[in-house]
Amino acid sequence: MTSLPERTDRKLGLVIDLDTCVGCHACVISCKGWNTENYGAPLSDTDAYGAAPEGTFLNRIHSFEVTPPDAPPMVVHFPKSCLHCEDAPCVTVCPTGASYKRAEDGIVLVNESDCIGCGLCAWACPYGAREMDALAGVMKKCTLCVDRIYNDNLPEEDREPACVRTCPAGARHFGDLGDPESAVSQLVTERGGFDLMPEQGTKPVNKYLPPRPRDRLPEPPANLAALCEPSTEGLGGFLGWIDRTLEKL
Amino acid sequence: MHPAPSLIFFTTFSGLGFGLLTYLGVGLVWPTGWAAFFWFGLGYGLALAGLAASAFHLGHPERALKAFSQWRSSWLSREAVLAAAALLFMAPHAASLTFFATPLEGFGMLGAFLSLMTVLATSMIYAQIKAVPRWNHWSGPAVFLLAALAGAALITGIAALAQLLLAWLALALVAHWVLGDLRFRAAGSSAETATGLGGRGLVRLLEPPHSGRNYLMREMVHVVARKHALKLRVVALICATILPAIMIWLWPAAPAAILAASALHIAGVLAARWLFFAEAEHVVSLYYGRD
Repeated sequence: MTSLPERTDRKLGLVIDLDTCVGCHACVISCKGWNTENYGAPLSDTDAYGAAPEGTFLNRIHSFEVTPPDAPPMVVHFPKSCLHCEDAPCVTVCPTGASYKRAEDGIVLVNESDCIGCGLCAWACPYGAREMDALAGVMKKCTLCVDRIYNDNLPEEDREPACVRTCPAGARHFGDLGDPESAVSQLVTERGGFDLMPEQGTKPVNKYLPPRPRDRLPEPPANLAALCEPSTEGLGGFLGWIDRTLEKL
Repeated sequence: MHPAPSLIFFTTFSGLGFGLLTYLGVGLVWPTGWAAFFWFGLGYGLALAGLAASAFHLGHPERALKAFSQWRSSWLSREAVLAAAALLFMAPHAASLTFFATPLEGFGMLGAFLSLMTVLATSMIYAQIKAVPRWNHWSGPAVFLLAALAGAALITGIAALAQLLLAWLALALVAHWVLGDLRFRAAGSSAETATGLGGRGLVRLLEPPHSGRNYLMREMVHVVARKHALKLRVVALICATILPAIMIWLWPAAPAAILAASALHIAGVLAARWLFFAEAEHVVSLYYGRD
């Protein structure tokens, strides 16, 4: 049934730290790798070596520039995948029951053998989290690596989503956001985690942590250009000694 | 949104077909014999052609029967169920008029009600989507219902009703366009809310996630030909409502005029439906540097 559960026992999700994300796209690749080789239809590429390559991805990194009114612009790398919303509009629009939100852990999934590929769920999602696979003709979305997190065949440290496991900067965290004592919930409280597009009323489970304040330059030197001129004035050490000695000759 | 031809044809022709079946059901037109065969055939034909066109939009049309299961939560499923029920309950009435020249009013009324509800369900598929603020408004269903009823009145030559409904359709179209232009701003979504970084300053896209295109951009970040939107609105309004109303007022009983007015009306509704999709802005475009 594509009705949403009244409540879920747990709220598994991601916390993404916009302060530490370096925009390396490693999570994009590990996500595509795991989800192509494991559960469901592979994430296809079309024209992969041609002029207009395209592919299905469950996780994409956008880079934004934020310009504060009184400071220089800053770059914020912005990973975006399914937010596993509590009030997921993608689920209720599904005509076949292929889309559902699990009552036990809140993960939003697609049963691919029931999906007719109408694309309505992708339209209903404000975040662009769902992509129809061009070859398989079924809707693909982040499964929160449901085939990793409960997988007893994997070493315990691997039982988290592939994107979290691979992130070299530690910018992605996985846990139960329904438990206020969990590490991810604590992180959200400490760092002021926020929702994307709260005005859409989707109540996302995934949270984003804001970039920390950047250092501010003190007053710039009066003559900045002069510092750029190559000069030996005040040069110390060995090079300075050579410079002074040669000067005397 | 991407103006997929299959969806434009589906909504236009199935709407017209179900509008026609509504009149045939309630008895505004009660043809008998061959005439009944023709009119019911046209109604069923248009409705089914529209539904078939929508199946072209599916990635897996062979699983389409599954779409009848989620009517409790999904408008798309409700539409499928209502469409099938309307065609089913109208059938005894249609057969009785064709072969025995006697209406089965109970079936006719029920079929008419279900036909109208089908058109409403079609429009609600779009109107329910909050992520497309222009659609998430009463004016969409008003346009869909009035287009179905006005078009059917025009085709069946009920001149006075057609003129009245065409006038209402014109008002609904203008309301949909004028109020629709204000919807995105009113929804309050911007690059700042989309990234949650609005508290720090102005946000703009620096680098998209990939150099090529993707499904989301093709489907939802459609920007082609919006620059001609105003001209096309005027053309659609004139063709769909004003000219047919004038023609049927001047020559209310001339079959040639009715035929020409109907053709003009359908062309106008198709143009308006193209705009309905092409002009609709999805909030996901904010992640791609557009609004």
